[in-house]
Amino acid sequence: MTQDVHQLAKMLQELDDQMVTCMKCGMCQAVCPIFAETMSEGDVARGKIALLENLSHEMIKDPQGVQDKLNKCLLCGSCAANCPSGVKVLDIFLKARVIVNTYMGLSATKKAIFQGLLTKPALFNSVLDVASKFQGAFTKEANEIIGSSCSRLNMPVIGERHFMPLAKKSLRKLEPARNTLPGKSGYRVAFFPGCVIDKIYPHVGQTVLKVLTHHEVGIYMPAGQACCGIPALASGDKDSFDKLVKRNLEIFEKENFDYLLTACATCTATMHELWPLMSGDKTQSMRDRIAALSAKVMDINQFLVDVLKVAHPVEGHGTKVTYHDPCHLKKSLKVSEQPRALLKTNPNVEFVEMAEPDRCCGSGGSFNLQHYELSKEIGTRKRDNIVASGASVVTTGCPACMMQISDMLSQHQDRIAVKHVIEVYAETL
Amino acid sequence: MISTSLLTEFKNLLGKDNVLDSESDRHAYSYDAAVLDAVIPELVLRPTNSEQLGKTVALCNENNLPMTVRGAGTNLSGGTIPTKEHGVVILTNGLNKILEINEQDLYAVVQPGVVTAKFAAEVAKRGLFYPPDPGSQAVSTLGGNVSENAGGLRGLKYGVTKDYVMGVNFWNVEGEYIKSGGKTVKCVSGFNLSQLMVASEGTLGVFDEIILKLVPPPVASKAMLAEFNDINKASETVAAIIANKIVPCTLELLDNATINYVEDYTKAGLPTDAAAILLIEVDGGHMALVEDDAEKVLEICKKNGARRVQMAKDAAEKNKLWEARRNALPALARARPTTVLEDATVPRSQVPAMIKAINDVAAKYKLQIGTFGHAGDGNLHPTILTDKRDKEEFHRVEQAVDEIFDVALKLGGTLSGEHGIGTAKSKWLEKETTKATIIYSRKLKKAVDPNYLLNPGKIIGG
Ligand SMILES: Cc1cc2nc3c(=O)[nH]c(=O)nc-3n(C[C@H](O)[C@H](O)[C@H](O)COP(=O)(O)OP(=O)(O)OC[C@H]3O[C@@H](n4cnc5c(N)ncnc54)[C@H](O)[C@@H]3O)c2cc1C
Ligand code: SF4
Ligand code: SF4
Ligand code: SF4
Repeated sequence: MTQDVHQLAKMLQELDDQMVTCMKCGMCQAVCPIFAETMSEGDVARGKIALLENLSHEMIKDPQGVQDKLNKCLLCGSCAANCPSGVKVLDIFLKARVIVNTYMGLSATKKAIFQGLLTKPALFNSVLDVASKFQGAFTKEANEIIGSSCSRLNMPVIGERHFMPLAKKSLRKLEPARNTLPGKSGYRVAFFPGCVIDKIYPHVGQTVLKVLTHHEVGIYMPAGQACCGIPALASGDKDSFDKLVKRNLEIFEKENFDYLLTACATCTATMHELWPLMSGDKTQSMRDRIAALSAKVMDINQFLVDVLKVAHPVEGHGTKVTYHDPCHLKKSLKVSEQPRALLKTNPNVEFVEMAEPDRCCGSGGSFNLQHYELSKEIGTRKRDNIVASGASVVTTGCPACMMQISDMLSQHQDRIAVKHVIEVYAETL
Repeated sequence: MISTSLLTEFKNLLGKDNVLDSESDRHAYSYDAAVLDAVIPELVLRPTNSEQLGKTVALCNENNLPMTVRGAGTNLSGGTIPTKEHGVVILTNGLNKILEINEQDLYAVVQPGVVTAKFAAEVAKRGLFYPPDPGSQAVSTLGGNVSENAGGLRGLKYGVTKDYVMGVNFWNVEGEYIKSGGKTVKCVSGFNLSQLMVASEGTLGVFDEIILKLVPPPVASKAMLAEFNDINKASETVAAIIANKIVPCTLELLDNATINYVEDYTKAGLPTDAAAILLIEVDGGHMALVEDDAEKVLEICKKNGARRVQMAKDAAEKNKLWEARRNALPALARARPTTVLEDATVPRSQVPAMIKAINDVAAKYKLQIGTFGHAGDGNLHPTILTDKRDKEEFHRVEQAVDEIFDVALKLGGTLSGEHGIGTAKSKWLEKETTKATIIYSRKLKKAVDPNYLLNPGKIIGG
């Protein structure tokens, strides 16, 4: 065991150059949503970096304790965006999770999900197709404005959650594939819906296709796309992550296009930033291929506003609509003005800003599964801000945020609809 | 070692979630913002009300446990790094209530764990002003500010934390409640213990409630940036402005090295060939008066050799000017892995001499040093850019720091304008004061804390 910890320590030392730039100023405390709830130094970036440093110098004997702290993080990037020293906190945490979680071993459930299911999209899809047929037997409608469900029985994983049911037909079934040439716009894009849009919000995917078609953008949406890989990577399963990247690469390299668009902030950040970041162990040619594709990845809001320049603000009246900044959009990709600009093009919409619009909603992918209570506390603060804004529709740019916000609003019986920005924009066409 | 029965006692008192005893939790409280070696506490305790705080202190005392109180842990002098043996860390972030903001009598009563910026914002909502604004205000606590006598950008005109402390109620080491000062503008009953507690860095008692003075806010302000080819001229300008009986709220200086680091980082169009820039803001209760002062300052700058003065026309332009100052630390911090931010302070007239000395030290020890700071109060932050893993270079850093302090003292200055003494500078204190001063201070400490349990090792040594 000690020999092993020695090995672990050596691997972590590779991160030393990045960790040493943390000057322990503590400014990350001001923005970390987890710290705001727990007020514990081990939960904020500075503390986690100190723990990893101590583990890498073999001053800590308990890797489990460090792993627990390391996993208790939304990977929201708020700390990095606010760090005076420019510490690349997410790089450190993701790489450390791969090292520490590989060392500690993946849980059996995660192994089954990532290695057995996620990396095999065909199987993954058919399992969920079956599930979508049976879900009604165990669940009931919770809030008709939001369209959420809750559990009929006392089910362990679902608990008190109000979740968005699997769509009757996934996007993949509704729109198996597309391959069209550019029209007047002159652009041709690839579209990557991502798992959540595919399986839970297919209408958001359809709306994206409709908007792109309206603006005469050529679309390449191939069948057989795999998940972007973030769930596997966040759990430290680099092998499954690599498999998913490779599969997507092979599919998207088949055609030429200008941009690879998504309507999922998390997918965009993963493909644009994490794919190249995690490719250091690959051959030069593989690294080049990943870099070339990931450079084309762009958020749909950004494409419409910055490239197509479709947003012409008007004086809007009518429905009060607010916007939640997904962390992966604002803090990782610096996209925050574009979605607002799109909302302001709708004449029937009065845009209202909520308090702390860029504060994390508390979803954090599998964080929500492992730390639901904490996730809910953070999400409740978001819910309170949404309600206080007086809006009857809350929009965002990430389907994962949509799920979390729906859960929070639904549990409070709030009559506020949750939409993707693209849906509100599409109403203007 | 802390016995199981004592651990249980703490858990009964504070609730088990507020007693952190796992290895990973304890490691997370072993450092602060100073570049010093970590020391792992044996236990971390988080009282959430006043009574629990008093009992926690009493229990530690009964069991002979040295206690280090921790606010946000942003001090730069090792004040919250626990003592070598059996140290216990007591967190104040569970004591974070603003108890009263009195708009009639212009004071507020707060618990020590209230975050400075949150307090300033609450006060501002009521049309009042709490001026001390340390660069760490987004996270630092009022308890930490009082313990360190924190300053900030507005120190020149509005003073520092001590100027706003009207009273401090604290627990002594035995866990008895001590009251000092009060809510009246005038209050001379008894010893002025409140001011004794300011800057005491947790060595004399544990703050429970703090009474702070509030003031009406300025309603108008005007900012400008002045460029100089000669840093001496810049410093002379500082003295000249004040000699002309104008006290700006902020008067900051950035030296050529800092300007270049900031420009590399922000590409804001700063004059990288200037020897120094001054950022000046005047404020007051009436725009006409403020504009008049701003014009006078502009003239003084020009008369004293400024090659260009840029006056901000509106809030947006003002904000742009301040970007340079706000980015000084981030820009320097990014240049090399380790950033050693020092706090040498000299009488205003000695600022040029001090800057020259810092540059000589940089050359002598072959180190990168950027200097910026509150020139208006002579409080400079020479910032050494290094890599603490490079043992040889770091040794040179230590020698350079020693020499910088030496010069500061020779010029009639002080070791610390605002960052405190902690353990980082305690060996120097005798040099700034006298041997008798240290002995006197230790006697005082011994009288109120005979077993040296309150943050031992800090300021006056073991
Ligand atoms: C980026 C950055 C910028 C900074 N800028 C400035 C600046 O402009 N001006 C300035 O003055 N400082 C500055 N500092 C230093 C630091 O922020 C201040 O010293 C601040 O006052 C510390 O507050 P804290 O809550 O973090 O206290 P801590 O660091 O937690 O504690 C400081 C000391 O106070 C004691 N203490 C805390 N609470 C109590 C209590 N309730 N009772 C008794 N003792 C207590 C501690 O034991 C310790 O000795 C800066 C630091 C950083 C990292
Ligand atoms: S803000 Fe950045 S440098 Fe400061 S403690 Fe946090 S991670 Fe470290
Ligand atoms: S990524 Fe988010 S949750 Fe994680 S430490 Fe940083 S701010 Fe906190
Ligand atoms: S980020 Fe989330 S939604 Fe997007 S593809 Fe990956 S798992 Fe699916």
